[in-house]
Amino acid sequence: MKDMKISAKNVQVYYGDTHAIKDVSVEIEDNTVTAFIGPSGCGKSTFLRCLNRMNDTIDICRVEGDILLDGEDIYDKRVDPVQLRAKVGMVFQKPNPFPKSIYDNIAYGPRIHGLARNKAELDEIVEKSLRRGAIWDEVKDRLHAPGTGLSGGQQQRLCIARAVATEPEVLLMDEPCSALDPIATAQVEELIDELRQSYSVVIVTHSMQQAARVSQKTAFFHLGNLVEYDDTTKIFTNPEDPRTESYITGRIG
Amino acid sequence: MIDQHIASAFDRDLEEIQAHLMKMGGMVENAIREGAKSLKSRDEELAEKVRKADRQIDALDMQIQEECARVLALRQPIASDLRTVLTVMKVAANLERIGDYAKNMAKRTTVLVHMQPIDGASGAIKRMASEVRQMLTDALDAYIRRDEELAQDVRHRDLEVDQMYNALFREFLTFMMEDPRNISSCMHLHFIAKNIERMGDHVTSIADQVIYLVSGELPDEARPKGNSANYQLQIEDTDEADA
Repeated sequence: MKDMKISAKNVQVYYGDTHAIKDVSVEIEDNTVTAFIGPSGCGKSTFLRCLNRMNDTIDICRVEGDILLDGEDIYDKRVDPVQLRAKVGMVFQKPNPFPKSIYDNIAYGPRIHGLARNKAELDEIVEKSLRRGAIWDEVKDRLHAPGTGLSGGQQQRLCIARAVATEPEVLLMDEPCSALDPIATAQVEELIDELRQSYSVVIVTHSMQQAARVSQKTAFFHLGNLVEYDDTTKIFTNPEDPRTESYITGRIG
Repeated sequence: MIDQHIASAFDRDLEEIQAHLMKMGGMVENAIREGAKSLKSRDEELAEKVRKADRQIDALDMQIQEECARVLALRQPIASDLRTVLTVMKVAANLERIGDYAKNMAKRTTVLVHMQPIDGASGAIKRMASEVRQMLTDALDAYIRRDEELAQDVRHRDLEVDQMYNALFREFLTFMMEDPRNISSCMHLHFIAKNIERMGDHVTSIADQVIYLVSGELPDEARPKGNSANYQLQIEDTDEADA
């Protein structure tokens, strides 16, 4: 039995009058890849964004219920969202490197969080992060070239390296491979599997095959409800709920 | 799942494969019926027909396996779709084996027609074959209707087939001990009976697959087996013979 990293209880999310997440409770395990799947608009990204308070940036968005990270309420008034996001990193659908050098893309987070005392330490963090992002060998000779000059797959791995540079405990990924070709996708998936050793990874994906390939746990969302949450093998061989079955097998449900 | 896929070509693929499986099932039912009939009525021509028909069964099995491989490669089926494809592959393999046993029955019939008939044996074998054929019909019905209960019923009926085999085994031993001239035909008849008993095991495996298809789990409950008495019988009879 693995430790629980995130524990969400009776979470409700409203965008103005729209009830986007309806009473979702879920326990996310440490050192595990958890996939959120479901049709567009089912609330999976919304729920993912609750986990590092990204929804705070949307004025009309209201979150109720409890979300605990290692037992601590992340919506507590004393919690600084910036500190939280250093612990709960995020990678987005479209690779979004800063318009800076490869080096500075990685160094940005550690600098603002004061993780390095000097240049040597910062260099070390940059190298370690790029290695973890499985892109070091490809960029080590051009660290001061702009990050935006890399290919799409490389940019995405740079963003993953940037996310791990602040030593997060949880990594949230919102459709990290949807803009990548199959080779780059395979590289990112391989990376996700390696990252699982150190972090708890939560990934939102529209690709059922990807969810099946990379995750150990799968949560199926539909119309703002968490329909089914179970071991990935169970979900993809013999799901309990007919709505899950209809969705994953590509039927009108 | 009665719902249709969004990709209707996927539905057509799955339906086609399953239609082929059912066609194969019908051919195998026929092979059992006609194989047993040819034995009972000492009809060499019919036996020959059964032997030849097995080629079509084998060809259909190959075709089904290829179609399944294609769906796996191109559609990556999951959940109940995956179970359907896996089930079809296994059931087709079971049917193919049953077809082989029926062919073997026909082959031995062509030899047996030239020998002295053994009283009552071919009738008893025909009853046994007809029981297995009925089980197969029900197992295939259970497949079509996704009927777990009927599949369970089929599994349990295999005990009767085992018992029929045991009775025949004892009977053939008696015949052979009575008159060594019976040995040749009794050996052939015994192989036929044993093969029908094996058909029953394959039908049971088909029923197991239906349960897997419907529930996602293979039955773990051990079904009653009627074989153990046989070994006992053999030893006893040997003792008698020694005495």
